[in-house]
Order: sequence, then C-alpha cells, then structure tokens
Amino acid sequence: MTTTTSKAMIRFEDLRQEFTLTGNTFTALDGVSLDIADGEFVTVVGPSGCGKSTMLNAAAGLLDPTSGRVMVDDREVDGPSTRTGVIFQQYALFPWLTVRKNVEFGLELKKVPAKERRVIVDHYLELVGLTRFAEALPKELSGGMKQRCAIARAYAVNPEILLMDEPFGALDALTRVHMQEQLLKTWTQERRTVMFVTHDVDESVFLASRVIVMAARPGRIFKEIKIDLPYPRTEEMRLSDEFARLRTQVWEAVYHQPGVAEAHQ
Amino acid sequence: MAAKDTYIAVETPPLASGSPAPENSQQKPKPASRKSPATSGRKLGRKALLAINFGSVAAGLGAWTALSAAGVVGLPGPVEVLIRAGEVFADGTLAEDTGASLARVLSGFLLGSLLAVPVGFLMGWYQVGRAIIEPWVQFFRTIPPLALLPLVMVTMGIGETPKIFVIFLAAFLSCVISTYQGVVSVDKTLINAARVLGADSMIIFRRVVVPASSPFILVGMRIGLGAGWATVVAAELIAAPNGLGMRMQQAQQFYDMPTILVNVIVIGILGLLMDRLLLMIEAHLTRWQERR
Ligand SMILES: Nc1ncnc2c1ncn2[C@@H]1O[C@H](COP(=O)(O)OP(=O)(O)OP(=O)(O)O)[C@@H](O)[C@H]1O
Ligand SMILES: [Mg+2]
Repeated sequence: MTTTTSKAMIRFEDLRQEFTLTGNTFTALDGVSLDIADGEFVTVVGPSGCGKSTMLNAAAGLLDPTSGRVMVDDREVDGPSTRTGVIFQQYALFPWLTVRKNVEFGLELKKVPAKERRVIVDHYLELVGLTRFAEALPKELSGGMKQRCAIARAYAVNPEILLMDEPFGALDALTRVHMQEQLLKTWTQERRTVMFVTHDVDESVFLASRVIVMAARPGRIFKEIKIDLPYPRTEEMRLSDEFARLRTQVWEAVYHQPGVAEAHQ
Repeated sequence: MAAKDTYIAVETPPLASGSPAPENSQQKPKPASRKSPATSGRKLGRKALLAINFGSVAAGLGAWTALSAAGVVGLPGPVEVLIRAGEVFADGTLAEDTGASLARVLSGFLLGSLLAVPVGFLMGWYQVGRAIIEPWVQFFRTIPPLALLPLVMVTMGIGETPKIFVIFLAAFLSCVISTYQGVVSVDKTLINAARVLGADSMIIFRRVVVPASSPFILVGMRIGLGAGWATVVAAELIAAPNGLGMRMQQAQQFYDMPTILVNVIVIGILGLLMDRLLLMIEAHLTRWQERR
C-alpha cells in the first residue's frame, strides 16, 4: 500500500503501565513502542487481558503512564483532547440521555449551534441506522444498538483521530460487515488516523494497513503484520488467497504465541 | 409503618472506601430500597392483589370492631374513633396539629436534604472533604436523633428550634450517606466518556455526576423523610404547644383513647402519603434506570 512515510500521528514511546490493586502491582503494558502514521488505519489484536484497552486509554489521555509516554502529533499526551474520539468497549452511553442527546453531547460542549447540531446528529443517526430510535433511552436498546449509538457519538464531533475499542464486537455478522464498510468508506474519504482494537482476526485484516498482535503477561507488542491489500477493500478481497494467507498469519501470531495454548486449556 | 423499614435501609449501604467499580459494570448498582420482586411463584393480576389488599384492611377493621365490642383493654371501636375524628376536625385542632407537625417535618427535612446534597458531593468528590466529614457523619449516624433531644433542648430551649433541629439531623444523616454513595459509585467510564468529548470538571460534575447519583439521592431523601416523620412525633411527646404527638400525650393524661387513636391513624396515613409521593417523584426522575 501507499504508506508514504508520513509523520507519526500517534507514537508510543517505551510505554509501561502498572496498576496497583489491593497492594499488588500488576504490569498491564511493558515496553510498548509503536508509531501510527498520520492517516493510517491500524488494528490491534491479542488475547483477552493483554492490554489492548489499556494501550488505547493511554493514547486517549485517560491514564497516567508508569514510565514512557504517548505522543500525539508530536505533543505528549497529558489528558483527553477533543481531537481524539474514543469508542469505549463498554459503550459508556449516558443512561439518562436519549440516543439523540447522547450523540449531541460532544457537539453541545463544542458550542455548535442547535440547528447545526440537529443536522449533524440526524446524519450520524442515519449512518448507524438509529434514526427511528432517536428518542429512545439506552436501556431500551439492544447491545448492538448501544454500540452503534456510541459510534455515532464519537463520529459526531469529527475527531482527527479515532480510537475504537472493539466497536463492532456486539454486532451481528451482517451489521458488522455493513459497519466495517461504512467505516472504511469514510476513512478513505477523510483519512483520519484510526487505532482499532478487535478480537476478530478477519476484521483486523480486512480493515487495516497494519495489524499489531499483542501478547499477555506482561502486555507487549508481539508482532506487526503489514496488510498489503489495496484500498478500497472489497468483498471479493475477503475471499482472495492473499487475504487467506494474511488471516492465517495473524491467526497464528495470536493463537500460537508462547503461553496462549496453556492459558486457554 | 414506613419509618421502621427505613431504619433498616439506613444500615444496608456500607460506606465503601471508594474502591473502583469492576471494569465492565455497565449497569449501575441500584440503591437498596426498591420494590422487591414478587417472591412466590405464581404471578397474580393487579386487580387480584388490590382486592386482597382491601380484604386485608377490611378484616383488620373487623377484628378491631370485634375486640372493642368484647371490651378488651377498653379499646374504642372504629365508629367511636371516626366520630372523635369528626369533632377534632370540626373544632380545628386536627388541622392545627397536622399543620404544626407537617411544618416541623418539612422544614427539618428540606433543610437537611438541602445541606446533605452538597456535603455528600463534597465527600464523594474530594478526598480531603471525605477525610474531614466522614468521621463526624459516621459518629452521629450511630446516635438515634431523638437521643440528642435532651441535649438540644438544654442548649436551644423548648421552642421550635430544637425540634426542627433533630429532624434536620435525622434527614441530613440519611441523605448525606446516600448522596456520598451515589457519587463514589458513578461509573468511571461515563466520566471518561464525557472527558474525551471535551468536558471539564465542572461539566462532568453537573452533567454526569449529578444525574448518575440522583437515584441514590432520592432514596436518601425518602429515608430521610421517614426518619424525620418518626422523629417529629416523638419530639412532640416531650414538649410542644401543638402537634399530633403532643395531642396524644395530652389525651393520654385524660385516658382519652379515641383521640389517641385518631392521631395515630393520621400519623400513619400522612407518613404513607408522603412516602408514596416521594416514591412517585423518584420513579419519574429515574425512569432512565435499568430495572432488574
Ligand atoms: N484500571 C485498572 N486497574 C487495575 N487493573 C487494570 C485496570 N485496567 C486494566 N487492568 C488490568 O490490565 C490488564 C489489561 O487490561 P485491558 O483491559 O487493557 O485488556 P484487553 O486486552 O483490553 O482485554 P479484553 O480483550 O478482554 O478487552 C488486565 O489484566 C486488567 O485486569
Ligand atoms: Mg479491552
């Protein structure tokens, strides 16, 4: 692919993240270094608990690294920024706000005028297929619908960087494919920098120009796999030999890394 | 009656030492005293249950009539009590007493809740605030507000102030703990979600912490109102120019059983009504909550 060596938009520099729980120190990330170029689409896969969400939260400025740092656009991250949109693994919708009000939240904080807000919210509700549920409360939505609402909320503020933590995890296969295509479509148009965490090997290959495979205990980057499939990605590509080869490569990196086999038996 | 179970409820929420909620807790922990689901197997219709309610009340009244007819402990019957109620209603004493008791409860309750909410937030939001306030709250929580009445009367006299003060204290203590609980149990990911959308601390407080803890605050207010109501009647038994409690105390000296019963029943009904009212407000304000 055309990875014209542009500058790093997100740069993890020897990041180490420890958590202290009831006196025990736990190393969630150890020596993570990674550059994500401006406009690049990177997916992160790895076994559960290997620190994918931790890495994403660090990039979002929600953590205080034990050592090392994360740079965004050459500036050290020391707190959340509206340049960075985050879709959380647990949706994190405000349960007391309707779907519309949830999507509108960030726009209100940005002081976007009401009329404009309405247009933007309508657009993104349409995109995620929640127009009919605009006035529903989160408790009335299914898991997949909650996730779509969270996606619309993150998209609505139009961030330059998207950090997505298993955003399609709760969707059925059909909606999932649809959302993947929509995401890639907007990405090819706008070229935002995307860091996308997933459990799904197929998804990681289909979306990314580079797959980062992580290992657990301590969480670290195990392997990087370049995906040399051209964009726009098409449905036929999913069936191609090249795709199958890459999928196998990622699969083996995820499931045949040292320690995984024992841990899951 | 209402006040009894509320005291139990005060005990239930332990003052957790701000431990983080488990990571994937999408559902909020719900405040304790909510309608518990029907426990026994077969579900009865609404109408059937209501009919049973009425039957139960009618049976109780019947038993009461029978007891008084049999002359047990000189208990007056429902009719006699009803006649007495008509009299005190007509001569205005019932209205005066009810008004006086209600005024005390409501002023104590409103002052208590009004102060409890900011103090509870202070405790939940700032570690230093918690460290300063918590020992006091924990200490006074263990003292029944009524036990402070003698002390309060010595220092504040026998006017309205000491009565309102003990009610205030009762309402304040139950509400402050609830509010604090609400603040510390706000889902961290909701706060993070607001932060990445550009919210500063002020906005997080107003638009996340306050709504997220409102169910807890409302439960605390309900408990506080129950506690206040229980306290006022007892406070009036000790010294007051009027009020439902005082009227009973007075009637007791004349062996005036019908008057005592009128007041007991009015206290019960008012307590029940106030609790229902707050419950309705609560259900309305927190209808966004996922119920189990
Ligand atoms: N705030 C925290 N406090 C303590 N430990 C934490 C915290 N956040 C994460 N951890 C621990 O760090 C490790 C990595 O967690 P993380 O959520 O990043 O994993 P993950 O790769 O996203 O897993 P999954 O695929 O299941 O979402 C886990 O063992 C977790 O228990
Ligand atoms: Mg995760």
